[in-house]
Amino acid sequence: MAISVYLLLCIILFSSYYTTFALYEDQVGLMDWHQQYIGKVKKAVFQTQKAGRKRVVVSTEENAISALDLRHGEIFWRQMLGVNDAIDEIDIAMGKFDSYENFPSLMVFGGKDVVTLSSGGSVLRAWNLPDGQMVWESFLFGSKPSRSLLLTPTNFGADKDNVILVYGNGYLHAVSSIDGDILWKKGLAQSGIDIQHLVHPEESDTIYALGIRDTSQFEAYAINVRNGELMKHSSMELPGGFSGDLSLPTSDKAVVLDSSGSILVSISFVGGEIKFQKVQISDLLQGYSGAAELLPSKLAGMVAVKIDRSLLFVKVKDEGTLEVVDTVPHVEAVSDSLSFAEGQTAFGLIRQDGRKLQLTVKSSNDWKSHFLKESVEVDQQRGLVHKVFMNNYVRTDRTYGFRALIVMEDHSLLLLQQGAVVWNREDALASIIDVTTSELPVQKDGVSVAKVELNLFEWLKGHLLKLKATLMLATPDDVAAVQRIRLQSAEKSKMTRDHNGFRKLLIVLTRAGKLFALHTGDGRIVWSRLLNAFRKSETCENPRGLKLHQWQVPHHHALNENPSVLVVGTCGHNSDASGILSFVDAYKGEELNYLAPVHSIKQVIPLPFTDSTEQRLHLIVDAEGYSHLYPRTPEALDIFQKELGNIYWYSVDINNNLLKGHVVKKNCKDEIADGYCFESSDLWSVIFPSDSEKIIATSTRKLSEVVHTQAKVNTDQDVLYKYISKNLLFLATVTPKAIGDIGSVTPEDSWLFVYLVDTITGRVLHRMSHHGCQGPVHAVFSENWIVYHYFNLRAHRYEMSVVEIYDQSRADNKDVLKLVLGKHNLSAPVSSYSRPEVVTKSQSYFFTHSVKTVAVTSTAKGITSKQLLIGTIGDQVLALDKRFLDPRRTVNPTQAEKEEGIIPLTDTLPIMPQAYVTHALKVEGLRSIITIPAKLESTTLVFAYGVDLFFTRLAPSKTYDSLTDDFNYALLLLTIIALVIAIFVTLIWSERKDLQEKWR
Amino acid sequence: MDKGKAVMGMGRRWAVDFTDNSTSPSSRDIPDPLGFTRASQDQDDSTLSREKKNAEATWKSQKAWEVAQAPFKNLMMMGFMMWMAGSTVHLFSIGITVSALFQPFSALQGVGKVFEPYKDSKVDLLGPKLVFIALNLVGLGMGVWKLNTLGLLPTHASDWVSSLPPAQEVEYSGGGFF
Repeated sequence: MAISVYLLLCIILFSSYYTTFALYEDQVGLMDWHQQYIGKVKKAVFQTQKAGRKRVVVSTEENAISALDLRHGEIFWRQMLGVNDAIDEIDIAMGKFDSYENFPSLMVFGGKDVVTLSSGGSVLRAWNLPDGQMVWESFLFGSKPSRSLLLTPTNFGADKDNVILVYGNGYLHAVSSIDGDILWKKGLAQSGIDIQHLVHPEESDTIYALGIRDTSQFEAYAINVRNGELMKHSSMELPGGFSGDLSLPTSDKAVVLDSSGSILVSISFVGGEIKFQKVQISDLLQGYSGAAELLPSKLAGMVAVKIDRSLLFVKVKDEGTLEVVDTVPHVEAVSDSLSFAEGQTAFGLIRQDGRKLQLTVKSSNDWKSHFLKESVEVDQQRGLVHKVFMNNYVRTDRTYGFRALIVMEDHSLLLLQQGAVVWNREDALASIIDVTTSELPVQKDGVSVAKVELNLFEWLKGHLLKLKATLMLATPDDVAAVQRIRLQSAEKSKMTRDHNGFRKLLIVLTRAGKLFALHTGDGRIVWSRLLNAFRKSETCENPRGLKLHQWQVPHHHALNENPSVLVVGTCGHNSDASGILSFVDAYKGEELNYLAPVHSIKQVIPLPFTDSTEQRLHLIVDAEGYSHLYPRTPEALDIFQKELGNIYWYSVDINNNLLKGHVVKKNCKDEIADGYCFESSDLWSVIFPSDSEKIIATSTRKLSEVVHTQAKVNTDQDVLYKYISKNLLFLATVTPKAIGDIGSVTPEDSWLFVYLVDTITGRVLHRMSHHGCQGPVHAVFSENWIVYHYFNLRAHRYEMSVVEIYDQSRADNKDVLKLVLGKHNLSAPVSSYSRPEVVTKSQSYFFTHSVKTVAVTSTAKGITSKQLLIGTIGDQVLALDKRFLDPRRTVNPTQAEKEEGIIPLTDTLPIMPQAYVTHALKVEGLRSIITIPAKLESTTLVFAYGVDLFFTRLAPSKTYDSLTDDFNYALLLLTIIALVIAIFVTLIWSERKDLQEKWR
Repeated sequence: MDKGKAVMGMGRRWAVDFTDNSTSPSSRDIPDPLGFTRASQDQDDSTLSREKKNAEATWKSQKAWEVAQAPFKNLMMMGFMMWMAGSTVHLFSIGITVSALFQPFSALQGVGKVFEPYKDSKVDLLGPKLVFIALNLVGLGMGVWKLNTLGLLPTHASDWVSSLPPAQEVEYSGGGFF
């Protein structure tokens, strides 16, 4: 046994010595998939002029700007802004014509640019509409944060030099749309003013900036567009004040609600003369008393007032009087008005009744008529309509058609045209919160779940083609056919468990509260569900998902049951907001049960026990420190009671720089007790002095991690015993001065401390300080080692350090005879209270990249060597062998050490271009990397997510336990047959020859 | 006579001796040929069979010793090969080691067979056999030693704990940011 394992290790070692992890070009897409998303659309601008590709430019909540193809909804181009660079406004402006002289084909777009205003109105960028390249970028500085507004006047007389007007940070800027030069700048930052609109009346040189000061004073600034001169400033106070935002139905009138919300005020400001006209809502709508809400939609000549679930459309007449046009019930969304043809304007409104959406396109001028009224059914899992954007097109019979871009509650994007959903995008997947996995159902006899089962003939044909390719006999067509067969292998997208464990379901929780199941084979959505528990209601104002846990993983005696997951969420942003627990069937996506609202949720601790139906016991700690046991069954309680006293939990309090340990003790007192509530008592606390240290990062081992052995064998057959404990916490602190960005502190003032703390006893096993180093710290903890990444201010470089922990108290177990006879206590259960002596080894290296996230590969048995998966700042995933982070590396390793695989020490960790797991792709907005062990020991599944999703299979030591996918069975078969034939032929020959010899 | 000897050597089944073996010259009418002395012949003849047997026995024991010492050469050869093979695990060294282990082993199994032809009541085969066994054991020992230098023998503590799973923990703890 020992020998075989040793041999196996040797093989692993040798096979891994000179591995490169690169793919060949034709292997791309065989076991990886990549999906691109944009996130929930905030604003959309259509660009459908004349011929060329029709497209819509959108800005999203994930800070993406993207041009989507209107025919299929594909991403035409996409640009991602930084995480803190939220897009406020987006529009299309005329750019430079000359720049397209060399590209006549692009003249179709007339040199238009997409203009975005982001970072609270301080960054203005122009993007080339055809290909999304940035044309220019302008930084607009101001004095104080304010609303950010963008205005791109379409015609300034004959002047070719178009101006973009931007209000942000209290300043009004005029920016040239050609090169982003700031033409002039005007401060409008009076105290308490809130500029809400920029208006440019047609064919004039004046723009108006409208705002409200101190909630009661209406302010209008008339400014000359040419030079930014303030032409007139007028203001008028409304006694009682305003509430909400101004709405601007025409370019010379505004409508706003008064502070009580029951009076509509129409404001006329022609030529700087301000006039108020008030109308009671109860006068407009007979017998209505209550608060109204003004919708922000820009409707030509009208405002939409939301009253209960109905919308009141109020027309603003020329003289400023208000008149009700209609009341429409159950309106979910109203678009801005769209002008088309000669002075015609229209807007769309959507009413929803369950699955049925009704789109009505109304003319602003004539309420009675409508251009379009169509209804369409959408999937119930999409929830309510959140936003709608309208666009028109000219039909072949020269009439006008309309299309609507709809943003749904689940963040998906639909295009409605001619009474049908032309395409949809599941953009909730751009905002994944947490991921877990589930096995697929076991394949049962007689039930074929594959869509296409290959028959023997096709199988043989495929292999013959492969054989031809191997023997270089294939034509280009054959090669293409081979590649197609490989990419579309039905094997990888089957809905059953496979022998190697490559096929799984990725259960994904998104910010929209929608749960998706993705197939690991091809990334398709198997099911999706908008969880009822995560929808807005009176009891739960701001539901949001927190975590996803495997709730029930049947594998032994409960095989007939479907696995299920536990979705944990909270109703608000406060720490004591009530919690949401939802249980979802992992095969069908049905919400089995949900508990909401329940006690607040601070911690969810999956316990290492399961009940008879393989439901995992979970302990949920609430804000008061009470722990609640789930599932709420007497059986679970029984199991838990037996282990009571050995269940601990710790809490990291960043604000108070406190690390505390607790033990779950006894049932709660009667007032709150329901039998499943437990009290904890504080055991220990580690207080970090707040004047010298501040907690910035923690890391623990993954609960599901499997460790193969506790021994580490050295070159000279010496044994080191790893200190393997799941109850270890890695914690990093920095000096308070160094909490800011990199470079904000001198190296002398900056310290980075790392701690290893036992979370049972609170014992600090190891403490290390790095002088002149700074966060952010990204750490990964696996087996008995931690790797962390930080910035070294002295060297002006990033560094990575590794710490390995060994158990010194076991080191004496070296008597072979005793080990042979099993007279040792190495496998006896251990307690943290036995205070084992530990030694640590560590080493640091420079690392070129800054890092977004770090993960480590995990395999089924933990035998295969490990790789670190580093999410780089360039949104790629880099695989780095753990062997490069081995504290035993020396500059000149001995021969024996070299044989063991120790690499000579270098100051920098190498970055091999072939080691990028994501090869040529980018996982935009990368947030996290998940590794899932496959059944095959050599292989681990990797899922990286951000705005994009990327999935692949990795074999850190190559696939030593299986043949590769493209192994040519036909060639093998052919070789065997040829050899057998050869044996018989030579046998006959030799017999004949023998006979002849004898007759001679 | 020659033929008889040859037959004897091959193990006699039956024989008819037509020569007159009587020693007394009186019984013979024909005088002996010149230069022939019957006396010596007679003397020889009386001990002939015993002598023959003796010679055979010595020859057998000699052969047996030769066979017994044969593994020694092999041993030297093996030693040289092992030295050449080095102490790293690869195909060559494993092949050498396996043959170094297998050869003495199979030789030891066939000790009886090897010494079968030299079996005789008069020949003492114990000595050669012991030497043969001893030499083969030395060979086997060398093989085992080689195996050990290759690190394929579980003689170190590391070999017995390398697949020992981590010990279970009594306590359990979870948690995080609060």
